[in-house]
Amino acid sequence: MNRTHRRVPLVIGVAACLVAGLAACAPGGSGPSTSASTGPVSKTVTKDKITLTVWDQNTDGGIDTAQQQLNKAFEAKYPNITIKRVSRSFADLKTTLKLALSGNNPPDVVQANQGYPDMGAFVKGGLLRTESDYAKLYGWNSYYPQSLLKLNMFSSDGKDWQTGNLYGVSQTGELVGVYYNKKVLSQIGVSAPKTLADLESDMAAAKAKGILPLSYGSLEKSPGIHLYGVVQAALAGSTAVDDLVTLKSGSWTDSANVKAAQTIADWSKKGYLTSGSSGVSQDTAVSSFGAGKSAFLIDGTWQEATVAKDLGDSNAGFVALTPEGASAPVTQGGEGLAWAITSKTKNANAAAAYIDFITNESAANTLIKTGNLPAVFPSGYTPPSGTLTGDIDTQYEKISAASSVVPYLDYTTSTFYDTMTAGMQNLVAGQMTPAQYTASLQTDYAAFKKEHG
Amino acid sequence: MTTGERVTARSRAAGATRSAAPSRRPKRSWKAYLYVLPAFAVFALFLGVPTLQTVQYSFYTWDGISRATAAGLSNYAAVLQDPELRGAFLHAGVLMVFYAAIPVLLGLLLTMVISRANALRGMSAFRTVLFLPQVIASVVVATIWVSIYSQNGLLNQLLDGVGLGSLTRVWLGDYGTALIAIGFVGTWLNIGLCVVLFVSGVGNIQPELFEAARMDGAGALQEFFGITLPALRGQIAVALTLTVTSALKTFDLVYVTTRGGPGTSTTVPAFEAYNRAFNTGQVGAAAAVAVILTIVIMIITALIGRLQPKDVA
Repeated sequence: MNRTHRRVPLVIGVAACLVAGLAACAPGGSGPSTSASTGPVSKTVTKDKITLTVWDQNTDGGIDTAQQQLNKAFEAKYPNITIKRVSRSFADLKTTLKLALSGNNPPDVVQANQGYPDMGAFVKGGLLRTESDYAKLYGWNSYYPQSLLKLNMFSSDGKDWQTGNLYGVSQTGELVGVYYNKKVLSQIGVSAPKTLADLESDMAAAKAKGILPLSYGSLEKSPGIHLYGVVQAALAGSTAVDDLVTLKSGSWTDSANVKAAQTIADWSKKGYLTSGSSGVSQDTAVSSFGAGKSAFLIDGTWQEATVAKDLGDSNAGFVALTPEGASAPVTQGGEGLAWAITSKTKNANAAAAYIDFITNESAANTLIKTGNLPAVFPSGYTPPSGTLTGDIDTQYEKISAASSVVPYLDYTTSTFYDTMTAGMQNLVAGQMTPAQYTASLQTDYAAFKKEHG
Repeated sequence: MTTGERVTARSRAAGATRSAAPSRRPKRSWKAYLYVLPAFAVFALFLGVPTLQTVQYSFYTWDGISRATAAGLSNYAAVLQDPELRGAFLHAGVLMVFYAAIPVLLGLLLTMVISRANALRGMSAFRTVLFLPQVIASVVVATIWVSIYSQNGLLNQLLDGVGLGSLTRVWLGDYGTALIAIGFVGTWLNIGLCVVLFVSGVGNIQPELFEAARMDGAGALQEFFGITLPALRGQIAVALTLTVTSALKTFDLVYVTTRGGPGTSTTVPAFEAYNRAFNTGQVGAAAAVAVILTIVIMIITALIGRLQPKDVA
């Protein structure tokens, strides 16, 4: 066979390249540069003409408007600084930020997601600059409550969360909770729920009247985290969930966690959730709730503007459930993505000045005016009453004061998002029993903990 | 691809024989390599290097950022052992039926019918319509089908309309139907491609053959199996190569319609590779999936190449 002979040099060439490639140093060989000194910091910003590249995920209506206004105001204050804004949706940011950060010319300021999969990995790789020094300088340590600060903290090796250095501060507050339609609730003759038991009896009443109790669409998979989290927080309480997510103690097979899974499986069986939810998009679920087709919706405060527009600010309500025996509501959330400074930036002082500018009290006023929930309310702010905005703000104040916010569950391990969201689809469809579901979470958890050391 | 290679090999052999006929192993001119160099350089830079890098990554445990640690063959072992990854390859196998087998069979059937009306006016417009799905961006296709398969979508309305309301469901959210629903989109996508390929193949058959057959009293079926099918071997091989490859590397449809759900019932290798590389920080495992997928595609393509008639010019 002539052809075989002709191929020999090619094969040898490919093999040679392969060997050379494999013998080269391991990928990501540079390793963390934790020893890099950060130098003295100052509030004085350079007078040189510079460009700050900023990657944010403020793409939704209200927050996008706020960000545009804030950037404009910042450029007016510092005419020598140009903000180059790169805005991406949360999912797009999550998948592209890692590559951008590990390049030689990363953005100066980025919004990094909290927890082990993102911020922890970035810190471990030496890609983010600590903001502890700037926090002292700008007074962030006293502006933010400890419960919010610690979510943005990591040990300098990226191993321990909620302790060590500060790697960012947040602009907005976030809560996951139960939206309800006041008109529908009065139609079925029940009052707004405060506890999980209330919610269950309200949903039973809705079902009896032929109204869909809870709009739920998990085609994008992530809503499963919110549904499970709301029930789990109400059953397990804040300390247990917090310890679990931060790898301190506990197991996903603990009785409260299994009971939460059982509760959701029961809801699904009783027809409380949108049928075929795994094929229904989150947007569809939100808009069907907005159209008055269901009594409840479990989602985050970032849906405030949409729900208020669809149902009317005074016809929609929002509540975070209070666990039995607890004095304050407990739920997932806390704050929006952290505004972090990259370790390769040449303009750390300007970056810090920018971050302060878009998160401080005057920025908070801008956020409120544009229909957003700021991470910290400006002093003297009183939430309006009888509206959705008022409900959300009041709940947020209560939860902040009691420090009873728990982290998003997907922060737990680098693969937890996948494990939990696929598991929730299985649980809701009856493809997994509550015990199998929690066991699959625990398997992921144990493997990560073992690797984590 | 295979055809091109063979032709090159043959003409090269001819050239070499002319220059050094008596020697047993013909000496090749180094100049030939110079001509190939520009193409090879582009290939090496944009395809070769990334491919080799992927192969390299597959031997490491790497989160994409911090220092990687050597993993030996464990990523490959995981692909075989991890039920989720094994499942992904199984799903790709199921999709092959819907993306390749069914479109080719239906395509042949339609060609058999269409080729009898080849003189029909407006034939080219008809072909364009058939080919349309191939031209639409796949994200648009996926979005359209998400709405067709939804609770109040077209499919359920149709079922309700004909009194089969008991069958309605959210097709992409049902464990029994999600994968098949995606597969059917593939069928819809690829059937036009097959028909257009086959119809043009039929056009190349000398009409005298059909005339002779008809004079001998052959029916439509005999005509098809006796003349059309053998003549279409080349087109069938091309159609199979394209459709099987598209089945194996499906990503966009799954990403837009289900994200691998419900549960993990519609995950496919390309989606797993993407998800592990960019979302869950398992770059090594992702690379191993990509390498295995590439090898599988190459093997299957080579096998299909054997269908190709030996004497296609």
